[in-house]
Amino acid sequence: MNGVHDLGGMQGLGGVDVEGNEPVFHNPWEKAIFGTMLATMGQGMYNLDEFRHGIEVMSPAHYLTSSYYEHWLETIEKNLIEKGIIDRDELDARTQEFLKDPAAPVPQREDPELAESLSRLVRSGASTRREVSAKPQFEVGDRVRTRNVHPRGHTRLPQYVRDKQGVVERVYDAFVLPDANAHGEGENPQYVYSVRFEAEEVWGDSAEPREVVYVDLWESYLEPL
Amino acid sequence: MSDSYPASEAEISARAKALESLLVEKGLIGTDAIDKAAGAYESDIGPMVGAKVVARAWSDPGFKEQLLEDASAACARLDVGGMQGEHMVAVENSEQVHNVVVCTLCSCYPWPVLGLPPNWYKYPQYRSRTVMEPRKVLKEEFGLDVDESVDIRVWDSSAEIRYLVLPERPEGTEGMSEEELASLVTRDSMIGVGKPRTPEG
Repeated sequence: MNGVHDLGGMQGLGGVDVEGNEPVFHNPWEKAIFGTMLATMGQGMYNLDEFRHGIEVMSPAHYLTSSYYEHWLETIEKNLIEKGIIDRDELDARTQEFLKDPAAPVPQREDPELAESLSRLVRSGASTRREVSAKPQFEVGDRVRTRNVHPRGHTRLPQYVRDKQGVVERVYDAFVLPDANAHGEGENPQYVYSVRFEAEEVWGDSAEPREVVYVDLWESYLEPL
Repeated sequence: MSDSYPASEAEISARAKALESLLVEKGLIGTDAIDKAAGAYESDIGPMVGAKVVARAWSDPGFKEQLLEDASAACARLDVGGMQGEHMVAVENSEQVHNVVVCTLCSCYPWPVLGLPPNWYKYPQYRSRTVMEPRKVLKEEFGLDVDESVDIRVWDSSAEIRYLVLPERPEGTEGMSEEELASLVTRDSMIGVGKPRTPEG
């Protein structure tokens, strides 16, 4: 979707705010939200593409005025409610309780099996690479044009490189297609390519000299030139 | 979900605790599992891991060749890998080329070598501008003046490949051990918004 998350080339957002000696987590809730993501996505309650899309559908004003981990909280809540794992009303009621008594502790529960599997997940990852029988449609050096599409759902084809000419720089393996996987339409794995775009092709007269941008794109985002 | 925003920190904290509590009570998650897994990014997994990889590449030409050919395989030799770094690619800086990494759509970042990203990497300013005016962003926001004769390559991590910049080895580091070299490698130099430290500091 043409959402606010698709930020490449947006102007007027201001300077980069670099925090010196930044901690990994700024407070306990950032760590709790991060860990909750690992434990829920890690157990397959939703997938990475559903997670990302849940952030993209936030209202633009909310997206731009909320913190990174608030985005995560939004999408975890949304996904778990949609999957029927938690209920909106019970979540709201419990939130009210913690607002009234902020010092109240979270109930503790030991789950050594989950601890072991999450450690394994952190160390080994969860690749979305898939074997496919087809050969890649494009080769290194092929000239391609990105499609001029504006899907209402999730996509990883950024707006700033739509309907642009580029050259295939690298051919990667096939990966789960986010456009399908975010919407319960299966994995539909496709080859991914690193496509090189000259800055002038993307930004016209506003391009900086001697710049190229590489974007990783699934095969169905591209057409041959 | 919040009906009004910006939400207060108190509200976010309450919602996070409510969510965690409900999942604990339903027997779906363990608080020990969450603390341990998240805690790994506060202790073991961070830029010091990437610094070791870079220092090895500076010291061992065979390793560097493998790193540039297949970074995941090279990192695996050092027992480095994992979530959000299942498929890593290293891109090399040189006198002619400067690489910089961004994720315009979210905040994709090579966790196994750099840990979790800093806020500025995740917030809209860096993500919007780096693909359009990288030279200006590097100079104005990070104090990194890339000579106009040097090509800038921007890598937008829009899929599941994660990019690591292999910075240039600083001059005056001949004869340094890998450990000494690793101490010069900064997080920012592996994102491409900075240079490694020099032996003089």
